[in-house]
Amino acid sequence: MITLDKLSKVFETPGGGTVIAADQVSMEVPEGEICVLLGPSGCGKTTTLKMINGLIPKTNGKIHVAGRDTDELNPVELRRSIGYVIQQIGLFPNMTIQDNICVVPDLLGWDKNKSRKRAAELLELVNLDPGIFLNRYPKELSGGQQQRVGVIRALAADPPVLLMDEPFGAIDPINRAVIQDEFLKMQKEIRKTIAFVSHDIDEAIKMADKIAIFRDGKLEQYSSPDDLLARPANDFIASFLGSDRTLKRLSLLSVSDVMLGDQIRVTAQDDVSRARDMMREAGHKNIVMVGPQGRARGFVHLNDIADVQGRVEEHYQALPTVVNVHDDLRTAVSRMFRHDTTWLACVDDDGFFKGFITQRAISHALGATYRDAATVAAK
Amino acid sequence: MSIKDTLKQDNIRTRIAFVIGLVFGVGLMAGEQGFLGDIWRYYSEDIIYLAKQHVILVLVSSGLAILVGVPAGIWLSRDWMARYSETALQIFNIGTTIPTLAILALSITLLGIGFTPAVFGLWVATLLPIVRNVYQGLREVPAYLKEAATGMGMTPRHILLSVELPNALYVIFAGVRTAVAVNVGTVPLAFLIGGGGLGELIFTGIDLNDPQMLLAGAIPVALLSMLADFLLAKAQYWLIPRGVNPLR
Ligand SMILES: Nc1ncnc2c1ncn2[C@@H]1O[C@H](COP(=O)(O)OP(=O)(O)OP(=O)(O)O)[C@@H](O)[C@H]1O
Ligand SMILES: [Mg+2]
Repeated sequence: MITLDKLSKVFETPGGGTVIAADQVSMEVPEGEICVLLGPSGCGKTTTLKMINGLIPKTNGKIHVAGRDTDELNPVELRRSIGYVIQQIGLFPNMTIQDNICVVPDLLGWDKNKSRKRAAELLELVNLDPGIFLNRYPKELSGGQQQRVGVIRALAADPPVLLMDEPFGAIDPINRAVIQDEFLKMQKEIRKTIAFVSHDIDEAIKMADKIAIFRDGKLEQYSSPDDLLARPANDFIASFLGSDRTLKRLSLLSVSDVMLGDQIRVTAQDDVSRARDMMREAGHKNIVMVGPQGRARGFVHLNDIADVQGRVEEHYQALPTVVNVHDDLRTAVSRMFRHDTTWLACVDDDGFFKGFITQRAISHALGATYRDAATVAAK
Repeated sequence: MSIKDTLKQDNIRTRIAFVIGLVFGVGLMAGEQGFLGDIWRYYSEDIIYLAKQHVILVLVSSGLAILVGVPAGIWLSRDWMARYSETALQIFNIGTTIPTLAILALSITLLGIGFTPAVFGLWVATLLPIVRNVYQGLREVPAYLKEAATGMGMTPRHILLSVELPNALYVIFAGVRTAVAVNVGTVPLAFLIGGGGLGELIFTGIDLNDPQMLLAGAIPVALLSMLADFLLAKAQYWLIPRGVNPLR
């Protein structure tokens, strides 16, 4: 856990003036969560982060890391117990990847065999073959590969707390998304307490359990991504998040959150009258046709079979597209728009039909937050 | 075999060919005209004796220059010296514009004549490029590397030894190479202030208008400087880790 209590930083400028880079910042990053420090350039994100490991001496306030007051710790020991990733990656060009990863374990005097073995394991964790990369030098790696090594280097001594200053800033958007996903997957297992600086809203929404929005050194709002997007505390935050902030919430919800899981379905051999009855009973205009194992195969529309006879297989249409239950709503909505449809069949990883999702259900889910707020206000 | 290995081998082959060619050339001249052979016959004792002096002058003066220049460069590059280091380097730069002969002459006024003033003069001439390159090399290590190192819990000493110096090594080595080249080129002048060395044969040869004697000094001097640079180039290639060595 990281706790900041009325933390302030005042820089003296050469001209004799002062800059307040952090102004009475109080916040808490709970154990095992990622907190993203977000805000426009120069708002004090980096300054706040660097005060935590003492790279920038604080002017005022208190910092507790893992329950201990940092004023009472030797800064060198404190830093060895905190993983640190910088935007420029900062791998040491004179050391092999292996030695780079083992910098902190070596400083801590760990057994070399143990730390070298760990370096190999960590490389595998980010999909880099230790056989190839352990003995390479940083200049022999691509930008994305270097960035991965930068991250696992911070994890080498297994610190409970990580500080990351725009850790994925130096790579192209496609690679960045891949590394973000890898990192989130890793975080599910390692559960580090992380303070993460970013100036990219989408990255913040994706990575954060909590987002801290800064402006001119002040902490303006500290809440979960969904809460922040749904209820920005003031106009500055609202405009910083963008007028499309409601759409951004789509990526926070997954298809399974709003999927109508009712299992009505027909098979190819069923009679169309059965399909008709099921649709009328459920009040649906469409019904999905599944194969013998339960995989989504197609659908029939109520109007198409209003007054025909025969079996479903003679009247069904192919599904224009399906969506995975693990996808986010952004993907679902984008598919709906692309195929000009108001509903999608949802399938699991193996293609089994799980339910369906409608535009109405999505807008209902997004609106729920606002309605709750209105109810609370009305009471 | 990678392209790099092939290039490396080619490189080595050209050098070997060069040395063999040189030996052959020398042998031919010695055999057919007997010219170099004569020189060797007349002057071998002098050459060996003076070359020893010569090499000692080089080793002692440049060794001392490295011993003093590297710490001085490190010291100037520290943050707390930032206010003075630019001035100090300006003075050093002015120092390099003084002809070495003048430095040698000046050292006579301080230390008289003989081995010591010669070493001193050479030391001064050699010191400048070393200090300058050590300083520059260390200053050029990116600030973010030092910050990453500090943030990971390295002490200033650790940072100097395992981040700054290794990353400045190539530039430092380049300084040492330049310095030694200057040094070897200047050592013949040491004779003029009583320091000995192969300069004795060269200058006496000039005085007596005796080209054989002159060559007896000049050829070994040329070979020695080639050898020195060759050895340093090899050292630069092999001692500097691959990650920070643009040659590898
Ligand atoms: N060493 C310093 N001396 C004086 N002022 C400084 C110093 N470091 C930072 N500042 C000022 O403090 C403020 C906050 O800087 P900081 O680096 O924390 O911003 P940031 O939020 O990380 O911005 P960015 O997104 O551009 O990295 C800025 O106004 C900056 O000019
Ligand atoms: Mg910053």
